[in-house]
Amino acid sequence: MSTATTPTAYNYKVVRQFAVMTVVWGIVGMAMGVFIASQLVWPELNFGLPWTTFGRLRPLHTNAVIFAFGGCALFATSYYVVQRTTQARLVSDGLAAFTFWGWQAVIVLAAITLPMGLTSTKEYAELEWPIDILIAVVWVSYALVFFGTIMKRKMKHIYVGNWFFGGFIITVAVLHIVNSMAMPVTLTKSYSMYSGATDAMVQWWYGHNAVGFFLTAGFLGMMYYFVPKQAERPIYSYRLSIVHFWALIAIYIWAGPHHLHYTALPDWAQSLGMVMSLILLAPSWGGMINGMMTLSGAWHKLRTDPILRFLVVALAFYGMSTFEGPMMAIKTVNALSHYTDWTIGHVHAGALGWVAMISIGSLYHLIPKVFGREAMYSTPLINAHFWLATIGTVLYIVAMWVNGITQGLMWRAVNVDGTPTYSFVEALEASHPGFIVRAIGGAFFLLGMLLMAYNVWRTVRHSKAAQLEAAAQTA
Amino acid sequence: MDINTLRGLGTVFAFVAFVGVVIWAYSTSKKKDFDEAAQLPFADEEDDKASGEQHKDARSDK
Repeated sequence: MSTATTPTAYNYKVVRQFAVMTVVWGIVGMAMGVFIASQLVWPELNFGLPWTTFGRLRPLHTNAVIFAFGGCALFATSYYVVQRTTQARLVSDGLAAFTFWGWQAVIVLAAITLPMGLTSTKEYAELEWPIDILIAVVWVSYALVFFGTIMKRKMKHIYVGNWFFGGFIITVAVLHIVNSMAMPVTLTKSYSMYSGATDAMVQWWYGHNAVGFFLTAGFLGMMYYFVPKQAERPIYSYRLSIVHFWALIAIYIWAGPHHLHYTALPDWAQSLGMVMSLILLAPSWGGMINGMMTLSGAWHKLRTDPILRFLVVALAFYGMSTFEGPMMAIKTVNALSHYTDWTIGHVHAGALGWVAMISIGSLYHLIPKVFGREAMYSTPLINAHFWLATIGTVLYIVAMWVNGITQGLMWRAVNVDGTPTYSFVEALEASHPGFIVRAIGGAFFLLGMLLMAYNVWRTVRHSKAAQLEAAAQTA
Repeated sequence: MDINTLRGLGTVFAFVAFVGVVIWAYSTSKKKDFDEAAQLPFADEEDDKASGEQHKDARSDK
């Protein structure tokens, strides 16, 4: 196995744990999404119970897919990539295990408290203060493990993928801690330290950077490792990747105010958010092009390799939603799109098309490697998953575009005497077909995840301890 | 100083920093380092020193 270097084995145990839980939480979170999408089609599915109403299950869905599914995918891939590109074992097995069990505890607590109606009401930061503290502790431990491992590296350079993972870890720590500052009243109730427009601005500074760093920078870290690896060629331009990194992190942090157009937020802050969001197109597309062009000379691999197809289509959706986002941040466009289903469609173009697809592709690459298997059990099943995911995402996005523009136009239509042409319920009725198509699209995507679960189970079930050990040997 | 002067200077600073990063990233003196760094995902492939060299050749002009 090993030649000149000391044979230190990688810590793959924590990678395996996070990888398997990514699939599990993906199914849970997406099933929750299909369920609440169905509630919008058939309101009877609220069952008339407080715990199963849309209002309580919707944050459970967003938390489950972002922080449980996306979070586990980020932990698994960052621990894997940082070890492989530094040729060093994680700095502490104990602390790494703590991040795994701590993160799972956070997820379980979210699944208990959110249906009970315990919420701070901050979007994507709904969890109450004791859970927030646990998140902060786990996250700081994550930073220690990650950066401690980088400090142990055997190579001179820190690979660009690790820069993205590192930027994501640091920024999310800052965002989470600042936004979660609150005055506890009881164990399950707290009030934000901020008030009024300041509270709104802090919330969306957090909220948009949860998108920019949790759902973008972290997954770009994944992209910069798994795309070159699966295409078997280095990244198209390493220099572009450096400019991409600094430009992306410097600009993303200013884009939050576009969530607050035409609100009590000062006008200059709204305009700043709009302009910064428009500029953001450049680094976003720089990264997308860098990933895509890595395939130049290897495009034929797409014909035979569904894993590569997942990664490349993820980049295509990334390019699409990072074009759509700046466009929607323009105030006049936002006047039409905001508070409509268009926003939901935009989020899911990013979440299903980019985040989920790049994670799924990366996991199909990573799982056989950390379980000591040649390859995934079935390539045709990966291919089937790819098509289900792609068709599901397209159905979802198209339904929400149609709904969003319909709603925006109906809400703004006025009669000659200035009264609204349509009532809210009329716009809701017009949205019903779109709601049905959206639920079907989501079900497609979920079905793909179930195929993945079966494929993963068949791949890993015969893994022997000896194989696991052999897989973890450093080269 | 007027707050708007400070804001203007902030913009200038960000632009200068950006140009600085671009010049640094595309300077010829860093080329060798970046070519090496770009190979890091392949450094762990056990038996293929040869294919590592191959990767290196593939993109030395970017």
